[in-house]
Amino acid sequence: MSLTQQTRDKAREIISRYPQARSALLPMLHLVQAEEGFVSADGIALCAEELALTTAEVAAVATFYTMYHRKPAGEYHIGVCINPGCGILGGDAIWAKVTDRLGIGHDEVTEDGKISLERIECQAACTHAPVMTANWEFLDNMTPESAIDVIDKLIDGQAVQSTRGPKIPTFKENELLLAGFDDGLVDFGGQADAFMLAGLNRAKELGQSAPEGTK
Amino acid sequence: MTLTPVLTAHWDEADSYSIAGYMRHGGYSAFKKAFTSTPDDIINLVKDSGLRGRGGAGFPTGLKWSFVPQNDGKPHYLVINADESEPGACKDIPLMMANPHSLIEGIIISAYAMRANHAFIYIRGEVPQAFRRVNNAIREAYTAGYLGKNIMGSGFDLEVVLHAGAGAYICGEETALLDSLEGRRGQPRLKPPFPAVSGLYASPSCVNNVETIANIPSIVNNGVDWFRSFGTEKSPGFKLFAVSGHVNRPGIYEAPLGITMRELLEHAGGVRNGHSVKFWLPGGSSVPMLTPDLLDTPLTYEDIAAAGSMLGTGTPMIFDETTSVVRAVTGWLSFYKHESCGKCTPCREGTYWISDLLHRFEEGHGTESDLDKLVELCGQIAGRSFCALGDAAATPFPAALKYFRDEFVQATHTPANETYDPTAATVFAGVTR
Amino acid sequence: MTVTTQTVTVTVDGVTIEVPAGTLIIRVAEMLGTAIPRFCDHPLLEPVAACRMCLVEVEGQGKPVPSCAVTVADGMIIKTQHTSELAEKAQAGVMEFLLINHPLDCPVCDKGGECPLQNQAMTNGRGETRFDGVKRTFPKPINVSAQVLLDRERCVSCARCTRFADQIAGDPFIELLERGSKQQVGISEDQPFDSYFSGNTIQICPVGALTSAKYRFRSRPFDLVSTPTACEHCAAGCGLRTDIRRGTVMRRLAWDSPEVNEEWNCDKGRFAFPYIKENRLTTPLVRDEEGNLVPASWPEAIRVAAAGLQATGQATGVLTGGRLTNEDASAYGAFARGVLGTNDVDFRARSTSDEETAFLANHVAGKSLEVTYGDLETAQSVLLVNFEPEDESPIVFLRLRKAALSGKTKVFAIAPYMTAGLAKMKGTLIAASPSSEVKALLGAVENLSAQSIVLVGERAAQTPGLLSAVAELVATTGARLAWIPRRAGERGSLDAGLLPIGGRNTTDIINAVGQDISGLLIAGVGVEDVAANLIEAIESADFVVSLETRHSAVTERADVVLPVAAVTEKSGTFRNWEGRDRAFDTVAAVPGSISDAAVLEELAHEMGATLTVSDFWATATKPALVASGNDSVSPGAGQAILSSWRHLLDKGTLQEGEPFLAATSRVGVIRVSPATAATLNLIDGATATVTHEETAVSAPVIVTANMAEGVVWLPANTEGTALNLPSGTCVTVTSGGVA
Repeated sequence: MSLTQQTRDKAREIISRYPQARSALLPMLHLVQAEEGFVSADGIALCAEELALTTAEVAAVATFYTMYHRKPAGEYHIGVCINPGCGILGGDAIWAKVTDRLGIGHDEVTEDGKISLERIECQAACTHAPVMTANWEFLDNMTPESAIDVIDKLIDGQAVQSTRGPKIPTFKENELLLAGFDDGLVDFGGQADAFMLAGLNRAKELGQSAPEGTK
Repeated sequence: MTLTPVLTAHWDEADSYSIAGYMRHGGYSAFKKAFTSTPDDIINLVKDSGLRGRGGAGFPTGLKWSFVPQNDGKPHYLVINADESEPGACKDIPLMMANPHSLIEGIIISAYAMRANHAFIYIRGEVPQAFRRVNNAIREAYTAGYLGKNIMGSGFDLEVVLHAGAGAYICGEETALLDSLEGRRGQPRLKPPFPAVSGLYASPSCVNNVETIANIPSIVNNGVDWFRSFGTEKSPGFKLFAVSGHVNRPGIYEAPLGITMRELLEHAGGVRNGHSVKFWLPGGSSVPMLTPDLLDTPLTYEDIAAAGSMLGTGTPMIFDETTSVVRAVTGWLSFYKHESCGKCTPCREGTYWISDLLHRFEEGHGTESDLDKLVELCGQIAGRSFCALGDAAATPFPAALKYFRDEFVQATHTPANETYDPTAATVFAGVTR
Repeated sequence: MTVTTQTVTVTVDGVTIEVPAGTLIIRVAEMLGTAIPRFCDHPLLEPVAACRMCLVEVEGQGKPVPSCAVTVADGMIIKTQHTSELAEKAQAGVMEFLLINHPLDCPVCDKGGECPLQNQAMTNGRGETRFDGVKRTFPKPINVSAQVLLDRERCVSCARCTRFADQIAGDPFIELLERGSKQQVGISEDQPFDSYFSGNTIQICPVGALTSAKYRFRSRPFDLVSTPTACEHCAAGCGLRTDIRRGTVMRRLAWDSPEVNEEWNCDKGRFAFPYIKENRLTTPLVRDEEGNLVPASWPEAIRVAAAGLQATGQATGVLTGGRLTNEDASAYGAFARGVLGTNDVDFRARSTSDEETAFLANHVAGKSLEVTYGDLETAQSVLLVNFEPEDESPIVFLRLRKAALSGKTKVFAIAPYMTAGLAKMKGTLIAASPSSEVKALLGAVENLSAQSIVLVGERAAQTPGLLSAVAELVATTGARLAWIPRRAGERGSLDAGLLPIGGRNTTDIINAVGQDISGLLIAGVGVEDVAANLIEAIESADFVVSLETRHSAVTERADVVLPVAAVTEKSGTFRNWEGRDRAFDTVAAVPGSISDAAVLEELAHEMGATLTVSDFWATATKPALVASGNDSVSPGAGQAILSSWRHLLDKGTLQEGEPFLAATSRVGVIRVSPATAATLNLIDGATATVTHEETAVSAPVIVTANMAEGVVWLPANTEGTALNLPSGTCVTVTSGGVA
């Protein structure tokens, strides 16, 4: 068990952000995943104790949200978007290739615990389809080949740069971020990529702009 | 119609997401101006601007704010819906990554208007870099003295908390979002009472979309007339149109409401070369699909409704003739089944059943009588479910059947992947990278 | 439903009716006799509108509305499934959806025959299913507690059970888990649904998803004969329904009794009935010349008993317990005073005092409905004095919790620690050890007004001076007073005069055996119930007659044992703590099984007398209430003052024969405050031992934050940790187990 007094202190810090303690539950479950790699029974008990809930009340919440894992996620949790916007544009082909390469399927982890896989739903990046994620960092505009390349690098221990974010942190590191503990990686990945700038670039190309304000 | 970058105007500057980048172009002047007006004046300004919610429903924002009872002695809460998860919608996340301060300044003004001293940004958990950017923006705003106690000596206090969700589309529904923010299962609440009266912590609350609130500083700075110089009477202003699918230049295009799909498509470089539009969705998978003959419809709430669909999130998805509509609809129903919260019977059981039937079509063994059954089952969900997720789930199939019945009949004997080569529909078809 | 004086006029299926504003559509329809099908709706739970079965058409609304969650507005025109095609189709659609994943295993389901889903599928469903896919399945069944089983595939996610657990019982140990079509009711693996009220979820489940370990697969509803009854366990007075098959009780349900138990009861009342058949006395027994207790005929047993009692006469003590009906109690009163000529009669099979005798005579006896369940909901504050409602009168607990959650009523408790029950009532603890309760009570005056109610438990008798102080407190504040004993028969016994006015109390009677008391007539008293040594008294008495339903340590030692009818075999009345009479019918008549009253009648006749029941309190001289002297105990080093009460589920003999229920009882623990733990060298979670004279018990320590100092609490009469001593006893506490 990796839950310590420090975990509890962090949990209390989360609680202190909210007018009502129970609001801290979702970030606290992210914190539990940052420590344990999944929502463990100990983690549920910790949340229940700190928030004066029953463990059933915590489990009811933990099992509702798909980002909370029942068993340890891989060090790199890979998502392949199979929602039609991505799936049709190549996500399904990428999924087939990735599962074939890793020999694992949805919600499974490689034997060495390095990679876990998930068929994910829309990531709000349809303009960048087909989209993958590694520990939820964007890997945009992928192909089966680039997907395999990323996974091979991750297995090999090489750093992989998110297309719109930092070098992929570990699953636990990013869960700590989502619990509200900043990691100083805000400046990585560029302010906007070509897809985000498509309209602005087009407007500039055509010399179009919004009218100036009158007041 | 021309493109009108407002929120996106400076995204090509490397520090566009920082307070320095934001202030270089007049950022954080609007809230100071707002503080010289009364909160009621701001509410009226937003009412007069005609701004409609950009999250999908298009409800007038100023009107929504005016439902929050004032001087009731209770704490008020502003909650930002940054849970962008609708298939096809991808404009709030880019906005938060490239220009989060427009959201923060919008929050300051909006909270001031509705007399909220506490704002929460509920951001979906699956976007860590957007989380970092917003978190950083909040920190910078605190450091600058734009958040916290007695902001700029105004006597107005505002605390902003960034809160990560954990993977649930339903939390985009505002009452489910509130339950989730209270640390519960994200299932929608009974209305009434409406959040404006009894929302977060049973206090008066307003839940607004990211893009909606990011619009506020520009309205305060430039005025109602300026804002209404964009768009139509019923759909004033500009919009982040995220164009995706089989187009040459998918991306974010900021333009006035009322731009047609054809114009937007042209800006996006047209359908990929050698192909043509088969069907398109004006704003997410939850709105009925439309056919190419309707590409000249202006993208406004009223015109798209008249054409038989909804503007929704205003994030059009374009699919060309390589696409199997059976496969697309089956995929969307799998999504709704996956995301149904389980609270009400029609959505929980209906998505289970419809998804099962559609998979049979995708695999080439549906029956024609199943088509009638599917129409009836969609009718048994629409209007009977607890919240709009059920209605959304009942939308894709009837629209698809209306335009592409033959394709479903074909799928009574031939798998979708045989009728339509899935490789041909990929962006990397014929491309070696 | 909001109660308001305003009314609105609405039309349902063409019939116009005036109803209070704020009434739900579904209730308005009920008023008109129109049944709208429903699953999640329950009148005592908050609406959720989840099942969507009750959709109706409201004119002017585009979509059908859930009638269980929408309140009427003036002029509303409502059309139910009877007059609206829209409503009818909507309901049929929902019903079809509900059934696609339901196993339709009605032939093997407990609920079959009384199942809302089955019934409404027959009235609103289609004959043939259109679903030909694979149904959702789960491994079956899972125990959500030892007592409650869950078949998840039958569940329709109405959330009645989870809402009950959360909103009514305050025990949210069952929850909806997962989401979407995988949503299911469940528990956390480490925390079963051990609620005193868990059985209600079985009863309100509108399908067969929740079943009881006891009743599962035992019977069909149409094989059962039902009788309205009153619960014999505690003084709450719950209305129940008892279902029998071929003379055997199969189950008991909470019956709709809005003024008392609403539609709920506790698990003891629901499940603790097998004792009736366990270990029963079947024939009279008489001690023969060799001293063996042997079966005898009724005439012989009556003759021997009458002769013996004739001989002991006025020197006979009469001890009765909590199982007596009003009718039986009156008979004992008449027999003791009229036939035997003794005033040494006491119904209090527990620690008692003369102070309590005077308190009961002056402030409780004969009072009826001066404080009711309903009053608890309107009181400004309720002060609990040595009374733990969740353990000692669970329906009072439910009503107080309802009152507290509504925001109207504040609950205060004089108790040694902040109990889970008090927390669930959002109550305020006035921490007191048995030696400081009187002082604490005087301090509680600031929380009381004429709009307050003081509820005193029977344990108050264990603290000298406390009951006098209570009487004074209500006199000065104008607060109303109610006394809540633990057992069903106590209030009726008190009113019948089974109180030693002019006589001696239970303890003194027992202690006087061998001196001026030579005979005992005992009914319904367990040796573990009384502080004095009853066994010794029985053994040294000249003659002992026991009227009992089951074999016990008393019957074993009696000279004559006369078997009497169990509660199911007779009709009668229990008077609850409010002074409300709760009559019940014979559930299953057993030839030859006769009530205590009938046996006493026979005995009197044999003794040449007749039983004349009179209104005892009309002529009784009530003793003045004088505070008992407080010999203040001062614990020495390594000692603490004991505080103790029984959990609802304990080793009580009426819970015998029901292992599933027993498995949900709370384990014994030793509670001390942090400072007391430090003084006594006790460690949280480690075992400690509490010793008094020859008796020692061990249990794990729970260091309890909000707790009085110098006091050690542990449950009485609990498996493993029974230390049946009155509160206030000085005990030695040591770390570690029994040596």
